[in-house]
Amino acid sequence: MISCKNLTKIYKNGDIETRALDDVSFTVEKGEFVAIIGPSGSGKSTLMHIIGALDTPTGGKYFLDGKEVSKMKENELSDLRREKIGFVFQSFNLLKRTTVLRNVMLPLIYSGMSMKEREKKARAMLEYAGLEKKLFKNLSNQLSGGQMQRVAIARALINDPAIILADEPTGNLDTKTSRLVMKSFQELHKKGHTIVLITHEDEVATFAERIISIRDGKIEKDEKNG
Amino acid sequence: MLFDLFREIIWSLAGNKVRSSLTILGIVIGIASVITMVSIGQGAQATIESNIQSIGSNLIIVMPGASRNAGPVSAGRGSAQTLTLDDVTAITTQINNINSVAPEVSRRYQITAKGNNTNTQVVGTTPSYLNVRNVKMDLGAFLTDQQTKASTKVAVLGPTARDDLFGTDANPIGSKIRINNVDFDVIGVTMAKGGSGFNNPDNNVYVPITAAQHFLSGNSYVSDISVAAKDQASMASVQQDITDLLLKRHNITDPTQADFNLMNQTDIIATATSITGTFTILLSSIAGISLLVGGIGIMNMMLTTVTERTREIGLRKAVGIRRIYINLQFLGEAVVLTFMGGGLGVFLGYLASLGAKDFLNLNTEISVSAIVLAFSVSAGVGIIFGFYPARRAANLSPIEALRYE
Repeated sequence: MISCKNLTKIYKNGDIETRALDDVSFTVEKGEFVAIIGPSGSGKSTLMHIIGALDTPTGGKYFLDGKEVSKMKENELSDLRREKIGFVFQSFNLLKRTTVLRNVMLPLIYSGMSMKEREKKARAMLEYAGLEKKLFKNLSNQLSGGQMQRVAIARALINDPAIILADEPTGNLDTKTSRLVMKSFQELHKKGHTIVLITHEDEVATFAERIISIRDGKIEKDEKNG
Repeated sequence: MLFDLFREIIWSLAGNKVRSSLTILGIVIGIASVITMVSIGQGAQATIESNIQSIGSNLIIVMPGASRNAGPVSAGRGSAQTLTLDDVTAITTQINNINSVAPEVSRRYQITAKGNNTNTQVVGTTPSYLNVRNVKMDLGAFLTDQQTKASTKVAVLGPTARDDLFGTDANPIGSKIRINNVDFDVIGVTMAKGGSGFNNPDNNVYVPITAAQHFLSGNSYVSDISVAAKDQASMASVQQDITDLLLKRHNITDPTQADFNLMNQTDIIATATSITGTFTILLSSIAGISLLVGGIGIMNMMLTTVTERTREIGLRKAVGIRRIYINLQFLGEAVVLTFMGGGLGVFLGYLASLGAKDFLNLNTEISVSAIVLAFSVSAGVGIIFGFYPARRAANLSPIEALRYE
């Protein structure tokens, strides 16, 4: 499903080069639940941006579903993100003053799908992500953190993506809500979704079945969990 | 696709009513104030111009000069009695390119009628005064040649004089008025000309010039001679010809010692034009400043939302919406806001101009070019500053846009 070969990413700031990723290679198979763990500055966010087609590597190759993403142009990347990748962000990134339903439907605009179908699909995804029905018409900023993250998960799922990418999804949540959100990721995994999770907390990583540790832009450890 | 785009624009604007309405308000005020300012200014200019036109067109006025008795002491311009009816006849018969000539003997007198009493300008003149000074009749008839020849004691009243003597809108024809203890029959009332100030033509009383000389002034001099040239182009030559003729008739060889003065309407217009020119500059500056202030307001409104919207753009990009749709949406939002604001602003400016006319009694003229200018400047500012930052944000990578602070 995901195949990274010798990925490097170099940021240039004036004359100073920062090597955020240094020759990183790994693969993720369909249906896996992988946690990428590392301290801040380890390069895990850079890796996740490349996997999420939000950024392109300086060197190396990245294949998603058999297609070489590292060679794609902007519009192809947009289409890939829409069709193959579902994002869950640390800060939720919901549209403010906008209903839950419309937030979930956001990736479907310009898809040619009728409004009825979109809403039906969005409702189904919200139920799937475990949000109470009475909140569907609420504005996103009236929800609690846990509820917002469920909306974000429903949004990530709406296009039936090949992988779900979660960037510190529990970073803004308390411990109890974190566990609930992680449980829902585990459930998604059981239903057959491929999940890549980025975190710096060991406890969060233990919910995954495979843990890749990154430090200074290199893979330090890659092991099955438990 | 287009429908989706349209719906996104409407949702986005409706979702943030405060931001949208403040932006629209800024545009409305900018546009409305420019339109109102300019229409008041143009109205004022038109009023001044029509007041000047009401004096008469292509008019040359011959006035007596200062009386000099071979010494340095001057008794003041216009004080001399040097022009006579013979001069008038000479001008009428010997000068080419003139339409008509009207001599005037004017002075203020106390006038009474039925116990009412007013002090106003009595103008002794001939029938051609009607043409020369653009006077139109409301009731009855103006003076005739017959009455002028026979020194008939008849009078034509200006509307203000009529109102003062007989009451507003009364028909005084057939009544008598008493000027300087001489009775005159009222034969007509002129149409209001709308002049104002000290020499208001609406307040005049017209009598035959011969009657004025016999019964009122008691001598054969005239106060001034109004000459209407055939057209604007012949003004200069007519003026020169009259000067030459009168110098010859008055036996004066040195033109600087002339005992008369010529004043033409072009001089008056030139002065007035420079006044209205200053006026126009003043109003244009006010309009320009309003436009600038309005523009800055719109710009601020559009720019302050950039941070929040940049993150929104980042999210839209992250979920896979193509850049072109993002650009189109933000362009569309800017267009909808500026056009709604612009339309409302034009409407409000139009209403304010009409209101100024009705309630403040200002003459206003709604100017299409001001509407177009105000609308296009604010639309331009709104669209540029609504669209440009969004376009820049859409060009960022999604991560940069999402992290934008």
